[in-house]
Amino acid sequence: MGLSDYLQLPFAQHALIAGTLIAIICGVIGPFVIARQMAFAVHGAAELSFTGAAAGLVIADNPVAGALIGSVVVAGLIGVLGERPRERDSAIGVVLAAGLGLGVFLLSRYHGFATAATNILFGNIFGVSNGSLLLLVGLAAVVLVSMATIYRPLLFASVDPDLARARGVPTRLLGIVFLVLLAVTVTEAAQIVGTLLVLSLAITPAAASQRLAAAPLVVTGISVSIALVATDGGILISLSGTSVPPTVFVTALSFGFYLMARLAGPPLARRRRDRLAIARGQARG
Amino acid sequence: MSGPVIRLRDLDVGYGSRRVISSLTLDVEPGEMIAVLGPNGSGKTTLLRVLLGLLAPLSGSVEIAGSAPKTASRHVGYIPQHRDFDRDLPIRGRELVELGLTGHRLGIPWPRRSVTDSVNAAIAAVGAEGYADAPVGLLSGGEQQRLRIAQALLGEPEVLLCDEPLLALDPRRQREVTALIDQHRREQNAAVLFVTHEINPILPFVDKVLYLVDGRAAIGTPDEVLTTERLTELYGAPVEVVEVGGRILVVSGDESASDLLGHHHDHHNEERPWD
Repeated sequence: MGLSDYLQLPFAQHALIAGTLIAIICGVIGPFVIARQMAFAVHGAAELSFTGAAAGLVIADNPVAGALIGSVVVAGLIGVLGERPRERDSAIGVVLAAGLGLGVFLLSRYHGFATAATNILFGNIFGVSNGSLLLLVGLAAVVLVSMATIYRPLLFASVDPDLARARGVPTRLLGIVFLVLLAVTVTEAAQIVGTLLVLSLAITPAAASQRLAAAPLVVTGISVSIALVATDGGILISLSGTSVPPTVFVTALSFGFYLMARLAGPPLARRRRDRLAIARGQARG
Repeated sequence: MSGPVIRLRDLDVGYGSRRVISSLTLDVEPGEMIAVLGPNGSGKTTLLRVLLGLLAPLSGSVEIAGSAPKTASRHVGYIPQHRDFDRDLPIRGRELVELGLTGHRLGIPWPRRSVTDSVNAAIAAVGAEGYADAPVGLLSGGEQQRLRIAQALLGEPEVLLCDEPLLALDPRRQREVTALIDQHRREQNAAVLFVTHEINPILPFVDKVLYLVDGRAAIGTPDEVLTTERLTELYGAPVEVVEVGGRILVVSGDESASDLLGHHHDHHNEERPWD
């Protein structure tokens, strides 16, 4: 079967729709994750969605629901335990360690298919059912509408917290709302790339885009584009006659874009600095 | 314009049982520039927090720009204590300036002509056109501070509150930044409260000094307040005001003779029990 035959099949169509939605929400939250120095929170939320998924499997045979509920609980915990970055990182470390231990225990109680467990860790985009696709559409809509609503004050609170507070921006509340949106996004992304590799969609595209631009909306746009190409590209490559899971291609593409941005970054930065130097010279002269 | 833009009456401020400011009474007229001086922990930043509406006083009354202090007031501009921006922060100078005006509003910051025009005008007013499109993290401390001023002036505030705007700047930049603030308070007839440890760069510009020590205050012109007698009374310990090469130094009167204003260690922890 070739690529075009696969594209007739529901599992492939579902995979592409799910991949597209997840790429968009990951691309949108990524720049904020970086501006707020929350890469570790993404990692923590992702790994803990493993615990939630394991609990969901054991209790109701529904890993996605378990992961979602678990990640929102975890986001709340992290938000309450630590507001400042350093405090937050140790809080995440503590919750992460305890949660993973619990996850291993839960999985040892599970007597179903072993693949259900590896799917949690490495993702299975080709197993998206009608039900979980609908859920994903709903959740992606919630995340996107929420992000569009809080975009400006969240940006303000992320880059300039002192002034934002003085201007009446509820920085602490925004931080917790963002954590919850992040947890939901990460849990959904874990279905594609797995909990272990979520960073390749939630961080890498934004990190790459930051090397290329500085205007916030432009950074967001590039980040979404890279996430889209990496995800859908990875799925399509995987479908065109390989037996390698799409996760591999998604992470590879995403990393490839990052490398290219790193290479393009220095010349861009140099040009920026040159322009800056010229402008400074004019200001003096 | 009639009457003071800031009116404090018997103001008591504190955190829990700790009293930071005791019965402070002060009037600030439009166009007046007031230096707020004092050692670390003397209540300078706390006073700004009250004026910004972030902290309610224990007792007494506060009025600023004709009403009780409230956050997000367009009539009050604020330059927070300087911290360098991260090099990688995904934001340019012009967006930073714009957030000062619109940052508290919900939604996506699509470029809007009316906002862009006033942002450009504010950037031009501080002479930052050349680097407003560069990432803020790449800019020098002085350039970032100019953008801060543009940001604070964007809403044409009646009152400008500056928290250590000269921190981490070299003497030439300190003079430039001070002159810029002075120019705008004259043009817009804005009152300026200037919290600082660096008294000398701003002394030529200030109308009054508010000197805080342990919650007590001395208010008056620099000549009235910055005297050995007045400050000795305020500190409750021997203090000498000396002039060295045209610069005023406030030193403790005992044998250690340390400069009471010049030091500024650990400012991130100063007066910040709310962090």
